[in-house]
Amino acid sequence: MASSSSIFGRMKDPGLMSCFSPSISTHRCRKQALNRVLAVMAPMQPQRSPATTGSVKHAMSMTEKILARASEQLHLAPGENVWVNVDVLMTHDVSGPGTIGIFKREFGQNAKVWDREKIVIMPEHYIFTSDERANRNVDILRDFCTEQNIKYHYDIKDLGNFRANPDYKGVCHIALAQEGHCRPSEVLLGTDSHTCNAGAFGQFATGIGNTDAGFVMGTGKILLKVPPTMRFILDGEMPKYLLAKDLILQIIGEITVAGATYKSMEFVGSTVESLNMEERMTLCNMVIEAGGKNGVVPVDKITLKYLEDKTTLTFEPVYSDDCARFIQEYKFDVSKLEPLVAKPHSPDNRALARECKGVKIDRVYIGSCTGGKTEDFLAAAKVFLASGKKVKVPTFLVPATQKV
Amino acid sequence: MAAGDRPMTGEILLSLPATILSLSSTFNLRFPSRPSFPKCPSFSRSPPEPLLSTAPRAAVTPSSPSPTTFHGPCYVIGDNIDTDQIIPAEHLTLVPSKPDEYQKLGSLALCGLPSSAYPVPFVLSGAASTPFPIVIAGANFGCGSSREHAPVALGAAGVRAIVAEYYARIFFRNSVSTGEMFPLESEETVIWKECTTGDIVTVDLDERWLTNHTTGKEYRLKPIGDAGPVIEAGGIFAYARKTGMIASASTA
Repeated sequence: MASSSSIFGRMKDPGLMSCFSPSISTHRCRKQALNRVLAVMAPMQPQRSPATTGSVKHAMSMTEKILARASEQLHLAPGENVWVNVDVLMTHDVSGPGTIGIFKREFGQNAKVWDREKIVIMPEHYIFTSDERANRNVDILRDFCTEQNIKYHYDIKDLGNFRANPDYKGVCHIALAQEGHCRPSEVLLGTDSHTCNAGAFGQFATGIGNTDAGFVMGTGKILLKVPPTMRFILDGEMPKYLLAKDLILQIIGEITVAGATYKSMEFVGSTVESLNMEERMTLCNMVIEAGGKNGVVPVDKITLKYLEDKTTLTFEPVYSDDCARFIQEYKFDVSKLEPLVAKPHSPDNRALARECKGVKIDRVYIGSCTGGKTEDFLAAAKVFLASGKKVKVPTFLVPATQKV
Repeated sequence: MAAGDRPMTGEILLSLPATILSLSSTFNLRFPSRPSFPKCPSFSRSPPEPLLSTAPRAAVTPSSPSPTTFHGPCYVIGDNIDTDQIIPAEHLTLVPSKPDEYQKLGSLALCGLPSSAYPVPFVLSGAASTPFPIVIAGANFGCGSSREHAPVALGAAGVRAIVAEYYARIFFRNSVSTGEMFPLESEETVIWKECTTGDIVTVDLDERWLTNHTTGKEYRLKPIGDAGPVIEAGGIFAYARKTGMIASASTA
């Protein structure tokens, strides 16, 4: 049984040796100096002697439970390397062709994917362009989907008019959610670092490369090391001038761009419970910016309401046990936070927006997976209306999907 | 591969599935037996027929004295080098599994580094590969996007090993899964500040040392850890075949 002070638990099966993380190395934490301490890092939980009751012995965090179920084990501890069953694999036009190339090379030119209904193919990165290679890559995806009879292929053919493409959705991470592919307790992998976005639905979602994805395409499994979980408790009423982006920038500034490397980030607390799904996605989306493996938000009625009209598949949410061990805990009083800016050139170069008052802006970009959802545009619209309905600098608006 | 040709140490050979004989590895990362990993077999097998041979390594001088060491000039970069600096987004239309595009990625490795901070280019203008087989980096190397093009570009360019303070997760995982190069870690921090691009170094995998011959300094390397068996097998596919998770390529 893992002790509270060790990062990795004992491996259950010595025959299953490897995974991918290097040995743990401590890194220097760059703390931003703010006028007052806004976050409190809770002390490490004291060493507990193993209890005889089953619930304490098998206490697991949300991420551990999801991976345990996916690897058909009763219990998992951080550090264990397990083969996990994958529920959804997503790829797009940048990584898809490479993934397909590896799949065919390794499993054979005539091989079939492990499950034609569990792969989601979304051309969306380099679409409205005359670049021949980019267009060729979209064609490669189409040929493969036809050959494999892939159920979920959100294709685009008419580049001149995006509306003429009924299947084309837009930015993959938001489209995945809108199309009902994000479901509690499942394992979703994508060939894109912001795949962690889907953790907002109480599932394990993370980004992988072409080779791993090619492997999943053929087998439906992936070798994963169970990450320890960092818990972020966000409490307090969300001020009107704050958005979920400010919350995650606060966190990243606190722990640095490598602060969550190889770890899971769990977001709980009354503030998180008050956020809608799009705001929860913003939180989880930027987990990768802190180096995190995945992010999770517990499932509640807000999650269920969002999913109501999007999926008919059944799911069973899991929750962290009360006595689950977290490698670190951070508490934030959200009511005391202020709008933040990440200054060049790093997402953890956090500063208060009011400290950057005098900085001249050259361009504004509102969009993509982190900032291109309906909620983001509504928030921007409020500021726009309040400030005189005129933009002062070139402003680019990039809605994430057709639906937005 | 012509008779009599011997692939150079550490050269990545991509093989056609149909021509893999009794081998379980597709990415033939040449690797001697390592007593520190008792579970792994010794690697005394003939190389498979390659789909492509990688770009000429003529720029590496001199050739490695033994299969467990890499030797040559090093290229030094700092902290938080992200995947966009390793291979900018505009080049991601190149598909790594296509041999000619794989080569092209190699020629573009690290072209996203700002020339003001890195006046010596990693790949000379017009060249297909790098003269630097070893990269020394700072903290959080490979952070940012999950693009596998990043370790692929470095491997295709001719990098044999990277010695960094530590890695971003997805980059490390991709390096291991593809078997493109060895992602090693130094025990000391900030060694990159004591090295200069062009210093002649040796990386000894077995003894776990990075030796900078130009400065005379030595740095201990951390053990490759859990990634060892996967790299030794030759990447995730080879490892999965070896452990029986998937069938061998010849029966696929």
